[in-house]
Amino acid sequence: MKRLVILGGGTAGTVVANKLRRRLVLEDWRITVIDRVPDHLYQPGLLFVPFGGREDLLKPRRRLLRAGIELLIGEVAAVDPERKSVKLLDGDVVCYDYLVIATGTSSRPDQTPGMLGAEWRHSIHDFYTYDGAFALRDALQGFTGGRLVVHVVEQPIKCPVAPLEFTFLAEAFFRWREMRDQVEIVYVTPLDGAFTKPIASRYLGRLLDERKITVETDFLVERVDADRKTLVSYDEREIGYDLLVTVPLNMGADFIGASGLGDELNYVPVDKHTLQSRAHPDIFAIGDANDLPTSKAGSVAHFSSEIFVENFFQYVEGLAMTHRFDGHANCFVETGDGKGLLIDFNYDTEPLPGRFPFGRLGPLSLLHETKANHWGKLAFRWIYWNLLVKGRWLPIPSRMSMSGKHRPDEEVRP
Amino acid sequence: MTTIHREIHTDAEGFLTEYDEWTDDLAVQLAAGIGIELSDEHWKAIRFLREDYPTHGETATLRRVSTLAGIPVKQLFALFPGKPAKKMAYVAGLPKPRGCV
Repeated sequence: MKRLVILGGGTAGTVVANKLRRRLVLEDWRITVIDRVPDHLYQPGLLFVPFGGREDLLKPRRRLLRAGIELLIGEVAAVDPERKSVKLLDGDVVCYDYLVIATGTSSRPDQTPGMLGAEWRHSIHDFYTYDGAFALRDALQGFTGGRLVVHVVEQPIKCPVAPLEFTFLAEAFFRWREMRDQVEIVYVTPLDGAFTKPIASRYLGRLLDERKITVETDFLVERVDADRKTLVSYDEREIGYDLLVTVPLNMGADFIGASGLGDELNYVPVDKHTLQSRAHPDIFAIGDANDLPTSKAGSVAHFSSEIFVENFFQYVEGLAMTHRFDGHANCFVETGDGKGLLIDFNYDTEPLPGRFPFGRLGPLSLLHETKANHWGKLAFRWIYWNLLVKGRWLPIPSRMSMSGKHRPDEEVRP
Repeated sequence: MTTIHREIHTDAEGFLTEYDEWTDDLAVQLAAGIGIELSDEHWKAIRFLREDYPTHGETATLRRVSTLAGIPVKQLFALFPGKPAKKMAYVAGLPKPRGCV
């Protein structure tokens, strides 16, 4: 009997476990998922928590995994690729024939001096964690005015559009509370524009501008001076705040570094088309846990998992892997007031305007604010819980399509 | 920026597009073009970037340079003021860093 061990039961780990269990013979394959906690968190829902949304954020992993998949709750201490074993913190050892690392990426406020301390969750907040999102909700409710700074420490981060979405939603939130004139909003980024890709960056930059949100670019934070409520950069620029909403440094799991499997941020270097570890062929890293040069996002986890599953059947048969991931990502971007836009891109094609997913029929619009896009984002929660993580069919191909997209003539790369 | 040397190929922003067209002399010229005189510390960073690129497949980030080459980020800002990641890549003849995706 062969044993497949999947570390992490988040989006990628769950999709892959379910898809493989359906097609690998029960008598020949034992599939084990190991995760630290019993509940699966719907991460896209965290964005709405600070503004009052709270439905359906957690479900037991056991219920999302098909029968015939073993679930172990425990923290991984290290992987030994030579012995093909996983050691848990409680001392247990789990052996594997094939290992899938799907432990994602997480916020590390401890990596920026001054961020964690007496002001953490008082005047300094994050919204990428369950507790953080709820603490920020209370802070926003009690905010009486002043300067709100939304800040990104360093790229890459999980869901790179989320800090912009948060900013748009906060601007609308204060407007609806009729206190917009008492709040100054500043968006602070280490990038040289609002977003990472030129055309989308210009569209999003324009939206920030219309909403009178100041953007500070090329700001790489060295430390937070929590007493003076000030961000200090490596080149000694300072930005003061009354309320700081930061996206701390994102890093892969510590055991990846401890096992010598990671890069400088504990991401596993993989082949960008097959997700196979460059160092150990029987290890694959999927979802946010690898170093793919595309967004760390649920859509990438989903699309690349589909490619991985097809390749895995070939690999265990000793065949060449013929399916190639193209870096396809697809993200809804909330822009406030019940509207949103949508971006769709891959390794080679940046987000372009147009219609999605059925060519000119849409019904969704790319890089253009519509109410339909907002409803699409909300409807996605149902799709996520009932179709996506269960490994069922979805009407969106894992490879990006140019159908419905066009290059804006006036938008030429500088 | 595109015509420092007749036989080199660059993108619209002046970043070299051919890894093998880079030479030490060219680095000195590229650096001078953006107001930087190369010291030993500059060279340490540039050599790391050059050696890292072929195996890693991407231009190293500031964090990667600081972690693997042992040059603190603060010093990289002092060596290549303003936009160190971009300036280092430019002088080292590598693609503009992706920043993120």
